[in-house]
Amino acid sequence: MSGHTGEHADPAVAFESAKLGVWTFLATEVLLFGALFTAYTVFRMKYPEMFRAEHAKLDRVLGAVNTVVLITSSLMVVLGVDAIKRGKARLLEAYFGATILLAGVFLCVKYAEYAAKFHHGIYPRTNLFFSIYFMLTGLHGIHVLLGMGLLSYVIVLSRRGRLSASYHTPAEMSGLYWHFVDLVWIYLFPLLYLIG
Amino acid sequence: MAHGTGNSLRTGIAVFVALLLLTAVTVLVSYVDLGLWNAVVALLIASVKASLVALFFMHLKGESRLVWGFALVPIVFLALILLGTLSDTMLR
Repeated sequence: MSGHTGEHADPAVAFESAKLGVWTFLATEVLLFGALFTAYTVFRMKYPEMFRAEHAKLDRVLGAVNTVVLITSSLMVVLGVDAIKRGKARLLEAYFGATILLAGVFLCVKYAEYAAKFHHGIYPRTNLFFSIYFMLTGLHGIHVLLGMGLLSYVIVLSRRGRLSASYHTPAEMSGLYWHFVDLVWIYLFPLLYLIG
Repeated sequence: MAHGTGNSLRTGIAVFVALLLLTAVTVLVSYVDLGLWNAVVALLIASVKASLVALFFMHLKGESRLVWGFALVPIVFLALILLGTLSDTMLR
């Protein structure tokens, strides 16, 4: 993997192809989550009363808090990528560190929510709404975890002096992925917590 | 997107503030019973927020047609999957 950054003669071409690669991956991600969104839509239309009653058991304040946490984490990524474009590696590490911290906060809130549900005897098998809730938020949570790993890897690269104003592709690409994770949550929050 | 930083920073923060405001609006509206319109408003606001993230945070605004294609084609496919599935489950 490492040490092959010089494969393309033109770094601009290398950057463009990396970007297209990430967008291709994100296209598959849309359809991965899309299958679950489709299941959600079908069952919501089939059992509207059940969805209405069950969704009220979620804490929309905690959902809103987590939305703010993820939006803020996205801003940290924007600021971090902007920093490395100006060649400020330490600043990039600080901002990406803040993103990872906020991702940790998000997962802690999610953990508290799951724990409260289990405490009340609500499990994925309880009913269709909670099957879909745990599947969607669980899959999203795994993406948050993966994102924390990716961003950590970028910090390690930066610490080793591998990123600069002229080469910052890993920061930019993991940023694209992170914004997508934020974007998925932007839909999950109203669909699961708000719409009655 | 060019390498301009002062401007892109200001845009980033403006988008961040807009996302926070829209989150507040969608939560407040959810406490008002509008019937079916609750779902419509919530999804509209979510789509505005998602567009802001894609256009500015993910730089789609300044991207080539090729990247736009990669961003939009999966959405078209998702719409097809939804329509196809619903036309089966709702009309059966």
